[in-house]
Amino acid sequence: MNAPVVSSRMNVPGAGNASSGNALELRGITKMFGALAAISDVTLSVKPGERRAVLGSNGAGKTTLFNCITGDFLPTAGLVRFFGEDVTVFPPHERIRRGLRRTYQISSLFTGLSVMDNVYLACCGVSRNRFSLVRPRPDDALVQAAEILVEAVHLTADKDRLVGELAYGQQRQLEVALALSGAPRFVLFDEPAAGLSPTERAELVTILTSLPAHIGFIIIEHDMDVALRVADSVTMMHNGRIFKEGRSDEIESDPEVQELYLGGGHAHH
Amino acid sequence: MSVADQAPRFASPVDQRMWSERIPAPWWILGLILLLLPIVANNFWLFQIMGWTFILGMIGLSLMFLAGYGGMVSLLQMSIAGLAGYMVAILGPSGAANVSLGLSWWIVLPAAFLIAALFATMCGALAVRTDGIYTIMITLAIAAAFFYFTRQNYSIFNGYSGFNLVLPPKLFGVNWRDPLPFYYLSLACAALCYGAVVYLARSPFGLALQGVRDNPRRMAALGFNVTAHRVAAYALASVFASTGGILLVWQNAQIAPGTIGISSAIDVLVVAVVGGMRRPLGPFIGAFIYVLLQVFSTDILGFFGFSADRFKLIIGIGFLAIVLFSPDGVLGLWDRWRARMAARKAATTGGGA
Ligand SMILES: Nc1ncnc2c1ncn2[C@@H]1O[C@H](COP(=O)(O)OP(=O)(O)OP(=O)(O)O)[C@@H](O)[C@H]1O
Ligand SMILES: [Mg+2]
Repeated sequence: MNAPVVSSRMNVPGAGNASSGNALELRGITKMFGALAAISDVTLSVKPGERRAVLGSNGAGKTTLFNCITGDFLPTAGLVRFFGEDVTVFPPHERIRRGLRRTYQISSLFTGLSVMDNVYLACCGVSRNRFSLVRPRPDDALVQAAEILVEAVHLTADKDRLVGELAYGQQRQLEVALALSGAPRFVLFDEPAAGLSPTERAELVTILTSLPAHIGFIIIEHDMDVALRVADSVTMMHNGRIFKEGRSDEIESDPEVQELYLGGGHAHH
Repeated sequence: MSVADQAPRFASPVDQRMWSERIPAPWWILGLILLLLPIVANNFWLFQIMGWTFILGMIGLSLMFLAGYGGMVSLLQMSIAGLAGYMVAILGPSGAANVSLGLSWWIVLPAAFLIAALFATMCGALAVRTDGIYTIMITLAIAAAFFYFTRQNYSIFNGYSGFNLVLPPKLFGVNWRDPLPFYYLSLACAALCYGAVVYLARSPFGLALQGVRDNPRRMAALGFNVTAHRVAAYALASVFASTGGILLVWQNAQIAPGTIGISSAIDVLVVAVVGGMRRPLGPFIGAFIYVLLQVFSTDILGFFGFSADRFKLIIGIGFLAIVLFSPDGVLGLWDRWRARMAARKAATTGGGA
């Protein structure tokens, strides 16, 4: 068994005791691509409803970490627990059905489908209707759920347009809507704000901060501004390892972080 | 200006118009022509040409469903059709009384569909673990194995000679093998299968199948079990193939290993590709062209001084031409022609808008 290598700055009370009580718990996750260790020995836990930002330079292994959590890749070593259940070797759809959701750094949408159909499909995926051979009626519960989600990401005016025709920012918003279908318990957002205009960023921050309190998430974000506004705690990654964890305000004032992030002409405040 | 895509890759699951409003005028005309065809067409056209077109079209349709919506090119569909046909011959009455069980049709037909669906599901479970060319190879291998098995197995499949005198039940006092009843029977089955595929394409299952084709990884991240979805598609497609297969035994009144040989398996692919794999109408158009060429090859080839058995040559050349010039088959050509006409019309009327 791996030693619980939780950073001393970790703000998770009771992180040392049993896995119960954590929405997500990673222990010693390592992912090798050939000889390259994309992530090594990552140990991390997030409480239900907690909002965590993951920061790190390009190639730090953030997306790879997400892929190990969702099962897109199996980790080379380590353990993934989702609400206490060991899901390390579960296929992705089994994790999704347990309430895990994700967005992709590079939008992964059905471009030949309308906005509404994309969201409808997402709603079907986490319902028993997956295999239904009967076309939905307009008053179908899933269709209505999809309409609410489309509304939530401000795409109602474009709901019948093909996704391929949408502006980039709208596609990013749709990507978020897909991750909120059904009854999510924990969401992984992979750079949802990348490439968005300042207005769109503000909208995204509103969407994220107004999520129901029981929904926790991890957000990968290069923009410190966005990250610190939506997250309670921050994990810093570098070269596939976690090198710092703490509450958002601690991280913000940390000299090392300031040098790395705020000093590099990155911030605009 | 943009050329409108005549065939949307997806159709919306929610369409609020009445079903009758959703059917465009050309379809009503086509339906009427098909219904009234017996007034002008002779028995040969009704039974041989149209009957065979519908049958081949349904088997091609099952491939179109898998390949067009699911991205899985299966060479198994003729074997599945053949198995359903064989089951009708084995379980029901036939000329090979020592092998056939002679059960009545209301047991035989459901059993034939069920057994074919089980076979399709098992083969599907094997095939969906592969991709692209490997799917083609593994399904071809299964088709070949099944062909040789039926040839060598005498206790169930009656080996080389197969079954003769396999006749449809005389329901409602009609001899369904008479040209006119058979024409309407096969037309009704084809219309039902076609309608089912059009309908299913917009059901949650069909929509998800198209999602699996375009982006399986995202589908898994939405909670779909991609493998299960693909296998289920094989099972569902077997219904269309089986319908075609059962009608095929009734039309020929016999079935033998030759019916399900490798060349028949490939013919189904040719039919679907020539007609167009992106829409359910494609396989029927492909089947019609195929049947016409096959039936009239003697005349066509004789005209050019070839012998009649060179009919495969014409099919082959046609196939090559289609693959080279229109990956979407004949329907794709038609789409492009319409788009060009629309563009020309817009250019003459719209001017420099
Ligand atoms: N499928 C893969 N095959 C091989 N190497 C990979 C693969 N995915 C990621 N890597 C490598 O793993 C390392 C970490 O990549 P990852 O995408 O996780 O970084 P990241 O932190 O998300 O970076 P970015 O900020 O650019 O998104 C990189 O060196 C990358 O090249
Ligand atoms: Mg990344």
